[in-house]
Amino acid sequence: MYGSWGKGPVMTLTMQKFTTLSSVAAPIMRVNIDTDAIIPSREMKGVTKDGLSVGMFANWRYTDVDARVENPDFILNKAPFRDAEILLSGENFGCGSSREHAVWALKEWGIRCVIAPSFGTIFFGNCVRNGILPVALPETVVKAFAESAEAGAQTAIFVIDLPSQMVTGPTGDSHDFDIAPADKEMLVEGLDPIGLTLKRDDEILAFRKTDEVKRPWVYL
Amino acid sequence: MGRTLVQKLWDAHTVADLGDDATLLYMDRVFLHERTGSVSLKGLESAGRKVRNPEQVFCTMDHIVDTLPGRGDDTIMPSGKDFITTTRAAANAAGITLFDIGDDRQGIVHVVSAEQGITLPGLTQVCPDSHTCTLGALGALAWGIGSTEGEHALATKTLAVNKPKSMRISFDGELGFGVTAKDMILHLIGAYTAAGGVGHAIEFAGSAIRSLPQENRFTVCNMAVEFAAFTGLIPPDDTTIEYVHGRPYAPTGKTWDAAVDYWRTLQADDDATYDKDISIDCADIVPTVTWGNSPGHTVQIDGAVPDPSNAPDANTQTSWARALEYMDLKPGMPIEGVPIDAAFIGSCTNSRIADLREVVKVVKGRRVAEGVKAIVVPGSSQVKLAAEAEGIDKALVEAGFEWRESGCSMCFYAGGESFGDQERVISSTNRNFENRQGPRTRTHLASPTSVAASALAGKIADVRKLG
Ligand code: SF4
Repeated sequence: MYGSWGKGPVMTLTMQKFTTLSSVAAPIMRVNIDTDAIIPSREMKGVTKDGLSVGMFANWRYTDVDARVENPDFILNKAPFRDAEILLSGENFGCGSSREHAVWALKEWGIRCVIAPSFGTIFFGNCVRNGILPVALPETVVKAFAESAEAGAQTAIFVIDLPSQMVTGPTGDSHDFDIAPADKEMLVEGLDPIGLTLKRDDEILAFRKTDEVKRPWVYL
Repeated sequence: MGRTLVQKLWDAHTVADLGDDATLLYMDRVFLHERTGSVSLKGLESAGRKVRNPEQVFCTMDHIVDTLPGRGDDTIMPSGKDFITTTRAAANAAGITLFDIGDDRQGIVHVVSAEQGITLPGLTQVCPDSHTCTLGALGALAWGIGSTEGEHALATKTLAVNKPKSMRISFDGELGFGVTAKDMILHLIGAYTAAGGVGHAIEFAGSAIRSLPQENRFTVCNMAVEFAAFTGLIPPDDTTIEYVHGRPYAPTGKTWDAAVDYWRTLQADDDATYDKDISIDCADIVPTVTWGNSPGHTVQIDGAVPDPSNAPDANTQTSWARALEYMDLKPGMPIEGVPIDAAFIGSCTNSRIADLREVVKVVKGRRVAEGVKAIVVPGSSQVKLAAEAEGIDKALVEAGFEWRESGCSMCFYAGGESFGDQERVISSTNRNFENRQGPRTRTHLASPTSVAASALAGKIADVRKLG
């Protein structure tokens, strides 16, 4: 799975559609994993969205970051989690800076879904816009998932069904999750948000016309 | 039912109701910087789309550009030059206003936007940068977005946004001697945790907020995002209007009068209710520093580093223990007196002229302790010029501080300059995350005057004791 997003240009106008997903899940059960941890600043070397997965979790993933010496204890360096398309984590995942690079790195690596008790607000929105499904579930559920993910290793397959908003763990326990209908639609249809909005161009232009009279100081 | 300030701004910018609490909001201003803005502009370009209304879009060079004297496009950060030249080319191609290196309007995006009168009360403004909430201090609805949302705002003049919950935080009473706006916000985050504001737009209220000068209000709103809030606002009042008046992009003449009339309506209604209400008595606030790796890991300057075994829950216990290890501190040790290697004054939190004036009062006639690297980075080229006109630079240099060109500098580590491995820094910035200011660098957040006092002492110090 590694690199499967990285080969072509990531910046396509339509996202990969998200309907169902079956994968092992990698638990990184710390709380407050911030975007600096997901992609450290110095790993954001280029002006584009690709090539970032090599720097993902760099401070944890490598024992020598510069030489890229892998830390064998870090979960994503271990089989079968190297191929995980699902991450499990603690509360407030993706807090901190607005850097979308965190999401691009996860996406390029092959992560398509993150399950945590809660998420950083900006990170959450960035996920949806990039075709990654953020699933918020109660902490007890995520913890139980993490245990079964590690215990079962390669046989511990999680199934995510977005249309019916359901996650099923390897032991067969299913949990509903909430998602805003607009976010769901965007993920399921693989829509490009800009194209979607420009369908409302008449409304935008009409707003502007009235607003220019009401608030002339806004229009430089 | 009465409306909150956020609700009023929301209503005034609603282009379309998208259902389920999502709204298509009109974006009055977009600000970009060379680190993430370049990605938005490039993304737009490669999708064959154009910036709509480029005259309302601005860009600055702050994040990657060096802050050493004589700087140019070359940077200490490998490949930094790429960001700078790409941004310049993309900004020019898009026809947006760029505050480039060498332009005396250049500076940290959130400092410059207010200083130039680009942000006005009541506007919506976004920037692919999380501390855009700083500008909420002008009564604007301003928040940080990702680069892809940046593309959306540039191409469509709108963003689809889920409505945040509402929260009012009232600070009442008077600030004690040596206690600053920075201490107010650190105190809040310490008391209610770094996740305390999640999903909420905050309206700061109360007598202590109303009596804060405008420049200190930015410090409070700057850290709303460290409280995990969507953003934080302060309703515009005379202080705000006076601050905006005469700025380069502010309206003039009749348009100014009309704007002021409108701005005066930007208050929550008396009967507005909030999803959450917090009150803080300023008498409880003392100079505050952080000991750990979350802005919520705070301790009063006369307090002690906490013991994980006293943590309220298991998660907190783990996070405290981990932070203690990273920060190389022991439970129970007094925070005052912990030796430091460096002191940093700068960033969009605390680098304005008002901050520097307070710092000079502390350091004048004194010397930075032997072996301490002490750096001051003005928030904008305008701040730098103003400080130099007042002789602030001289006083700082005489005291042993380095005086820099404006920019984000060592607020964060991008691969160029940093504080050293395991060095301990007291910093007027907003983030004390692991590796934020350099690989394994240990950051303690504090007010600029606390940073200055600590630089003089060579250890974390109580600014009040300097008198
Ligand atoms: S000064 Fe620091 S926090 Fe502020 S915009 Fe620059 S890097 Fe971000």
